[in-house]
Amino acid sequence: MKVELRDPNKIMKLSRLGSFHQSKLSFLRSFLREFKDWEYKRDLFDLNKFGHGLAIYSFKKDDRVYSLICFANELNEDERSDRVIATKWDAAFTLHDGVPSKNDIERLKNEVPKQEVGRLSYKELTLSRANKSLRVFNHVVESLSNGVQPDTELLSKVGYLYRTTAVYGSGKFGLADRFRIKNREEIYGPFRLEMMLVYLVRQFTFDQVNHVAKSKNPKKAVNLDPEICRKLGIGNSTGLGMAPFIVNHPTLLNNWIYAREVALKEIREIKHVKTEHSNLFKLCLNKSIKNITSWNTDSKYQQEKIKILLKDVKIFIDFLEDKFNFSNEFAFNEIYLWLEKNSREECVEYVVSMMMEPYDDIVNPLISKMSSEEEKYFNIPTHRTVSQLKAILEEKYSKILNIDFSKNKNNQNFWFISKNKEEPRLADRFEENGSELEQPLAIARDIKKLYETLSLHKNSSTIDRFLSSNSDLRHVIRRAFIIEKFPYSEIQDNTIGKSIMPIDMLRLKLSFFGALKFDPKSDKWLRICMFQGAPLPDQLKNYDDHWVYN
Amino acid sequence: MKSLSEIETVSKRSSRAAGYSWGVAEEIGKNIRMLEMFGICGIKNLNYYFRIKKKKQFEKLNLISTKNKIKKWEFCPIIAGLNFLDQVRSLETLKEIKFEKIAYPLLFLPFISRASEVIGKKLELNIDNRLFLLNYNISIYSNSLNEGVVNIGNSVSIKFQENIDSFKVSEWEELYKLSQNTFVEENENSKNMGAGAGLTDND
Repeated sequence: MKVELRDPNKIMKLSRLGSFHQSKLSFLRSFLREFKDWEYKRDLFDLNKFGHGLAIYSFKKDDRVYSLICFANELNEDERSDRVIATKWDAAFTLHDGVPSKNDIERLKNEVPKQEVGRLSYKELTLSRANKSLRVFNHVVESLSNGVQPDTELLSKVGYLYRTTAVYGSGKFGLADRFRIKNREEIYGPFRLEMMLVYLVRQFTFDQVNHVAKSKNPKKAVNLDPEICRKLGIGNSTGLGMAPFIVNHPTLLNNWIYAREVALKEIREIKHVKTEHSNLFKLCLNKSIKNITSWNTDSKYQQEKIKILLKDVKIFIDFLEDKFNFSNEFAFNEIYLWLEKNSREECVEYVVSMMMEPYDDIVNPLISKMSSEEEKYFNIPTHRTVSQLKAILEEKYSKILNIDFSKNKNNQNFWFISKNKEEPRLADRFEENGSELEQPLAIARDIKKLYETLSLHKNSSTIDRFLSSNSDLRHVIRRAFIIEKFPYSEIQDNTIGKSIMPIDMLRLKLSFFGALKFDPKSDKWLRICMFQGAPLPDQLKNYDDHWVYN
Repeated sequence: MKSLSEIETVSKRSSRAAGYSWGVAEEIGKNIRMLEMFGICGIKNLNYYFRIKKKKQFEKLNLISTKNKIKKWEFCPIIAGLNFLDQVRSLETLKEIKFEKIAYPLLFLPFISRASEVIGKKLELNIDNRLFLLNYNISIYSNSLNEGVVNIGNSVSIKFQENIDSFKVSEWEELYKLSQNTFVEENENSKNMGAGAGLTDND
């Protein structure tokens, strides 16, 4: 049986993309698989009794070394802020290419803690900073220094000791450009170095908390139980800075979604599902309920989504147990069709992620196709005709072309770059200043304008002639020719409408990172947890690939 | 040192601020990145051009022809370059294209380099006797690198180089003959049983 790939017009709607969950395709899981054979080492740990100082961790294989350099600093309580606009942090980190020299460390000591206003070099690959979850960190120090393990209920409620507020890479602030490292096989997949930084930072937080507790009470202190460590991840506060990324990298977005869609299609096409595979699917599904019930958030919006998810997943599990037979042909296809009919988007996508768990043979080859050589698709094929371009728009943007942008509600917002932090922001066009400096992120509106303008031109006219008098539409013409080749490259929604939920854009990206427990703090920023439940570095050699559900 | 990513982003944003559309600004960002990567002063030339663009007018050359003469002001290197890139498929039948007075012609250069990739032909750009051989947007050979800012190209020409060999047949044969010394003479059995259709192909 041949199953069609899912329709981009349905899948690329923001509400659907904002319902995506982590899966085997997620980058932090791929990163662990790809680096499990690397040699992990703590090269330097020079902290004072308060936990301030320098630490270096590394991953090494053959001649290649990646070193995380950590600078832990003193921070007054009133200086601690989760916002990207903060200027001081409990700790600052950079991932250095190779073994850092004394000169490198001296140079980085002055630059890394300054983050966006510091300057890095081509020898540095990623940059980040993090703040303690003070309540949890202090509690853990207090407990360990008294020789007892901390309250695991409190720990599981928060999920981490530290929270990062940004992880930068790809040439920002002088960091190495992607072209310098893109041919390295081990980091070919997207965001591998960002994942490595976060993973090593996680270990630093455990080492630091142990060190501070030991310094406080050398005779009595105990180390944090590795099993408790494993259940902790790294928090992350993420705001709108992440949202335009998925608009600005259309071929990359396509390759992420396409991998997911191909995996689903191939799983639905399996005629006879092996018992070991159906058992593993059911096991992951049942165990994953714990991830939903321990998902804490104050956000009413997310609470409602969790409630619906839990309800739908439970109904689905009942269906599986009472009415479903895995020995039916094309069992996963039947499951998928049942879900589309009986569950809501959040649950459909949740189970789609779960379906991949038994199928390394389907998923692993797709992982290597999730990067993109974006430059290849930058040039516009200007020899094509107006009628060809119109046909692309009619086929690929059919829903977008129906939006009436003369209505204020469809044109309500605009995206801009803030002057103080050079970060993307969203504002109300009719209430705030600056819409004349709008970023080119209103793709739906501009595609519609392109379509209307094309209709005034001769069908046989070529795009080079069209462009010579319509250069204001150049950015969307480029996109239209990209979507012709890459069907999942475009969000099929209005990114400036009144009802837009920007966190849907964040959730999409974060689900591919592998984040768990989305905790929206508004419609524009949220907190997440990464690597919660993941093996510790010294457990990497032999670990359970389904750790997310343990 | 600024990364190429920073160079591209700042060039793109400043181009938008200088009045170009976002789509054109994206092209400029890529171009300046490319110039800097090849060791040509992209940032410097762009900065000077934008500085002067505030005070002076430039002509927009929308339709490229064999001889492109200004009416009053110098040509804008961005618009002329962009239209050359867009129209290059219909221009490649021309052997040579001439331009009179292009402002800051080093900003015109990356469009020509990219056009070379689009049509798969080497292009020779001559800016007042500064020669640039643009090789499919992979490399640039020039007699005039590290020149800093070039305010104007009074006489600019582009020659389309046909895809022909740079050597004589005799030179090729001489080298080919030498390369044959790496081959091994086959015996009869190998000739009959080796890959391909063999000696008979009548089935």
